[in-house]
Amino acid sequence: MNTQVTIAGVTFQNPVMTASGTFGSGMEYGEFVDLNKLGAVVTKGVANVPWPGNPTPRVAEVYGGMLNAIGLQNPGIDVFLERDLPFLKQYHTRVIVNVCGKTVEDYIEVTERLREAPVDMLEINVSCPNVKEGAIAFGQKADALFHITSQIKKHAGQPIIMKLSPNVTDISEMARAAEAAGADALSLINTITGMKIDIYKRTFALANKTGGMSGPAIKPVAVRMVYQAAHAVKIPVIGMGGISTAEDAIEFLLAGASAVSVGAANFYNPYVTEEIIEGIEDYMKTCGIEDIQEIIGAVK
Amino acid sequence: MQKKKINAKVYSQKEIAPGIYDMYLETDLAGAAVPGQFVCLYPKDKSTLLPRPISICEADKERGLLRLVYRVAGKGTAEFSGYQRGEEAALLGNLGNGFPLEAAKGKKVFLMGGGIGIPPMLELAKRMEAEKQIILGYRDGNTFLKEDLEKYGRVYVATEDGSMGTKGNVLDAVRENVLGADVVFACGPMPMLRAIKQYAARQGIAAYISLEEHMACGVGACLGCVVKTKEKDAHSHVNNARICTDGPVFEAGEVEI
Repeated sequence: MNTQVTIAGVTFQNPVMTASGTFGSGMEYGEFVDLNKLGAVVTKGVANVPWPGNPTPRVAEVYGGMLNAIGLQNPGIDVFLERDLPFLKQYHTRVIVNVCGKTVEDYIEVTERLREAPVDMLEINVSCPNVKEGAIAFGQKADALFHITSQIKKHAGQPIIMKLSPNVTDISEMARAAEAAGADALSLINTITGMKIDIYKRTFALANKTGGMSGPAIKPVAVRMVYQAAHAVKIPVIGMGGISTAEDAIEFLLAGASAVSVGAANFYNPYVTEEIIEGIEDYMKTCGIEDIQEIIGAVK
Repeated sequence: MQKKKINAKVYSQKEIAPGIYDMYLETDLAGAAVPGQFVCLYPKDKSTLLPRPISICEADKERGLLRLVYRVAGKGTAEFSGYQRGEEAALLGNLGNGFPLEAAKGKKVFLMGGGIGIPPMLELAKRMEAEKQIILGYRDGNTFLKEDLEKYGRVYVATEDGSMGTKGNVLDAVRENVLGADVVFACGPMPMLRAIKQYAARQGIAAYISLEEHMACGVGACLGCVVKTKEKDAHSHVNNARICTDGPVFEAGEVEI
């Protein structure tokens, strides 16, 4: 039975990855799961300098999901290279570094710093809804996305994955713009912008007022967008959004994703990534599937 | 002991004051628990996904029982309050750093609990070797855990409505009873903790305060539950400590609250 998938020339032992921002740099969840078993660890967003993030409350529960407005707090590329990357390199799991910035130059600086580093791919975050500058500003207009993608591609030492926002009118147009600019792969969806109001306190549940919604409640939206993006481009698509079981992951693979990322589910089940890997294997056995390629994009 | 998520059997549960529940769970997590640590409880209703952080009230190593005393505040805790003996509860533990017992040894201390911040004071009082003055703040005369705490030190009560003890908060009780201490251990609502921070700074004494914030993971990964810190902390490099893993207990001077 083969669970290997290849994305932009990089081979992953299985298609299960961690969604950026839900898994730190692996250290915290290493107590619960064997990081060696994962397809890849996708790190929390890394900027050129440390970012303090947003005020609290930063998280709120909503029906079947959650809102977050962390604001991409991160210790910056120096600490990432000194502390987090050496930690991850103790494992033979693939490492994908999520890159964030306020300006194109910020992204390029991080990309350059990672050029010679032992990381397998870069995921470019142009879709975080919780920071005022950068991030989503590059991910909501096709021409802006084309521009930043082509700039980063020029400087990148590794294949680049553009992480797309669902907060757009036409996801196919965005997917095609990233592909045309040289992206090696796409990942989607980032969180859906949302809001929650406390009716007794008459305040917003989050200090940032708006936040990104994730969790099982967003899954149908994500499956639809992954299907549309996968049909709009020839480059591989990594699917995510509300995956909490192997069945969810398989749905994304059938919709056209070459791999999947597990996000908010880590928060309420720290063992979930390993459980999903085992569940996919069980599904393949039960259904007589020899190679995972047989199910990728199988539902047209 | 390593953190783990388990299903624990409910040993008993009862309402000990209006909306305040006292639940004992059968789990070996009790053996490793340190006062001031907490566990995350997960509702079974899948529309409420996130863990509910609840402080450990008592940990009975011999009997393998973890005691949680919590207030029903929403859908999740309402679900927990309905659990009967023998039912299973999903929890992740033990989390956080706990109170520094060594900072109290041989000293005169205040153990201050306000409302649902009172429960962690019980295991702390049990294990602490010090001259303990236990000061409890309640909304009204519906007290809880008062008798349990009286076994371990002199208890003073303050109530917001004045129906028992000093009218006001825990610091009003300190003033009214003309009390003093070398070190403070406290858990309670943010206004109380802010006042204690100021009090300790004026007295020139240390105060170890247990903080609370909305959290998603409980294990330090999501960065949801941060508190501003005076110094850059080793993990974040941006003056943001994680309450779930760097805390929940901080020396008051370390945090900007």
